[in-house]
Amino acid sequence: MQRLTGAQILCESLLKEGVDTIFGMPGGAVIPLYDTLFQYPFRHVLCRHEQGASHMADGYARITGKVGVCLGTSGPGATNLVTGIATAMMDSVPMVAITGQVPTYMIGKDAFQETDTTGITMPITKHNYLVMDVNDLARVVKEAFHIARTGRPGPVLIDIPKDVTTNFASYVYPSRVHLPGFRPRVQGHARQVRQAARLIEAAKRPIIIAGHGIILSGAFAELREFAEKTQIPVLTTLLGISAFPETHPLYLGWPGMHGMYYANMAISHTDCMVAVGMRMDDRVTGRLNAFAPHAQIIHIDIDPAELGKNVPTAVPIVGDAKHVLEALTDEVKPGHHPDWMQTLAQWRIQHPSLALPERPETMSSPWIIRELYHATEGKAVLVTDVGQAQMWAAQHYFFERPNTHVTSGGLGPMGYALPAAIGVQIGKPDEEVWCITGDGGFQMTLEELSVLVEEKLPVKIALFNNGYLGMVRQWQQLFFDRRYAGVKMWNPDFVKLGEAYGIPTVRVSQVDDVRNALDWARGIDGPAMIEFVVEAEENVFPMVPPGASLQETIENAEEVAPKMRQVAVAVGGDAGGV
Amino acid sequence: MKHTLVALVENQPGVLQRVANLFSRRGFNIESLTVGHTETERTSRMTIVVDGAKTQVEQVIKQLYKLIDVLRVSDVTDDRTVERELALIKVHCPSATNRVEIANLAEIFRGRVVDVAPDAVIVEVTGNDEKIDTLLGMLRPYGIKEMVRTGVISMVRGSQVTARVTDARMLDAAG
Ligand SMILES: Cc1ncc(C[n+]2csc(CCOP(=O)(O)OP(=O)(O)O)c2C)c(N)n1
Ligand SMILES: [Mg+2]
Repeated sequence: MQRLTGAQILCESLLKEGVDTIFGMPGGAVIPLYDTLFQYPFRHVLCRHEQGASHMADGYARITGKVGVCLGTSGPGATNLVTGIATAMMDSVPMVAITGQVPTYMIGKDAFQETDTTGITMPITKHNYLVMDVNDLARVVKEAFHIARTGRPGPVLIDIPKDVTTNFASYVYPSRVHLPGFRPRVQGHARQVRQAARLIEAAKRPIIIAGHGIILSGAFAELREFAEKTQIPVLTTLLGISAFPETHPLYLGWPGMHGMYYANMAISHTDCMVAVGMRMDDRVTGRLNAFAPHAQIIHIDIDPAELGKNVPTAVPIVGDAKHVLEALTDEVKPGHHPDWMQTLAQWRIQHPSLALPERPETMSSPWIIRELYHATEGKAVLVTDVGQAQMWAAQHYFFERPNTHVTSGGLGPMGYALPAAIGVQIGKPDEEVWCITGDGGFQMTLEELSVLVEEKLPVKIALFNNGYLGMVRQWQQLFFDRRYAGVKMWNPDFVKLGEAYGIPTVRVSQVDDVRNALDWARGIDGPAMIEFVVEAEENVFPMVPPGASLQETIENAEEVAPKMRQVAVAVGGDAGGV
Repeated sequence: MKHTLVALVENQPGVLQRVANLFSRRGFNIESLTVGHTETERTSRMTIVVDGAKTQVEQVIKQLYKLIDVLRVSDVTDDRTVERELALIKVHCPSATNRVEIANLAEIFRGRVVDVAPDAVIVEVTGNDEKIDTLLGMLRPYGIKEMVRTGVISMVRGSQVTARVTDARMLDAAG
């Protein structure tokens, strides 16, 4: 039997798990590990801030479906990873985060760069480990990858004290895991599937809402077959965008806070909702007591805890989206709902939600997104940050291909897009990857521009510079009588900034230059950045005001005041923030 | 309503913290929590008494199941169970008459005096929640100097094993 150091055992185990890329930064506690790491055939991507590494691993995981791996030193390295780990947790992204720790004999002594990393990350990981004995390391790595990718995916953290990486142990990689407390259910219960099928067959106004679970389980074909057989219109959640082709006649957009009017009406009038791989997030449901008031809800999810958590369900089905949809399609009779389709079409004509002028007067952000859609024919991968630009990208780009929209939904950390786009491009070198970001979010992780150049990644950055933390400004305008507080930003010269990194960068301030700039960036062999100097106070509509129900969707600023009075009567309190 | 949950967990470092974290994060108040060894090596058993609506408790059970170290969870509230708690109560007791009275009271509750000092005695009693509360009420007039309760432990009556009884029910409910 081989005797190896902990660092070697870790590297051997990572190879066994099929890891080829590691995003990280070294430091005192992981120097021995790095010493070994660089003798192995991994691609190590050196982040410039560990938050970047965690989002890179996240983007890489979302686009490839593999487990993303990030690595940081103890103390500050670990705390910097936290935002990206929490992001992965909220959005069910398979990730293994590895952190160095002070030597075992110094734990608890407040040693230099000691933090209780497992304590800090306990609520934001699916599971975590502090490895105190090198003999446990191979087993722990095996379990960590298994847990991260099995069932509802999520991040697992492994904290490894420095001496554990230098101690020796015999190495055999376990062939199986022994986790009696972890046995996710994949197949849907046959009786529940039958019950669901009967409900669907009896429905007059059915809809499907497809979430991230479709993408995670790769159930694109199954979703499409199910929808086509039953002729049920398909909505997605924000994270479900690109689970279903947007030009498909059954596609009905996405509901929720900035969703389409007709999508929100569909939910408000449906009598049977098939919710798959989504978790009834408050941004989707609006005010809960008025959510889908006429619907019998069939809720399919691999995580039993999501069923009935926020919304009562008529038929809960625990299982993997792919398997359950397959079973359901087999079981259900073909359907046809002409009246309902007619009603939906009518709403869509009366409230188009996504209508844009042929050519706007000013630099309108949604229109620029639409131009990007035309320029790329809907075939690019968009990695979006958080805020208004994120919402416009989700609304006005029509995603054709599976898993081409990458965004952070649950945590919504500004600064997500650039590092995530780096991970996406590394995971899919041949894709055209666009990073869509606001001027605020961009400045949270722009240090990773170095990585773009260093790793020679052809990511195109569309920077929407409105001079504001736009999404917050919108709330202050609409719900706080325009009292702007902490949202106006002085910004650097982004063109010079881009050039300082050696990235070809242009500034576009005229509507007529938009398309040219997009074509210019697409023609560049390598990274490129366009700063769009956009209208400063443009707002994202439709919008469901905080505390309002989906029926109370507003379509322009004038409707806000009267609607908010109604909402205030209905709730008498606030229901969330930006 | 109060619910008594029994959880079988793997004896891993941090498992208590994981369970306690989960309760506080989901906004649940733990009335009592006991942990101890079981008949199986490396498995511990927690008895957790929580206050909450049925749907909330169901949610907590499902969340508990998501913890990798949690093997089984049962809500035994509606089962026929043996529930026991141990209490030690130090009662102010300056006279011999008091001492006799207190000893008699304890005996009625199948408790006993386990320590005597010139002006205090320690009463030991086991039983369910209600029984201990009643005895406490009777002792209060003498003056309670100090009291400690272990928290409830619970076991389903009959030959079936606690976890198995309710586990089948849970899986059914989850679909
Ligand atoms: C790390 C972090 N801090 C604060 C917020 C709150 N927040 C949400 S959107 C937003 C404004 C984003 O501004 P910008 O990146 O310029 O995008 P815009 O909305 O202007 O398009 C803020 C501050 C957040 N989501 N993440
Ligand atoms: Mg902005």
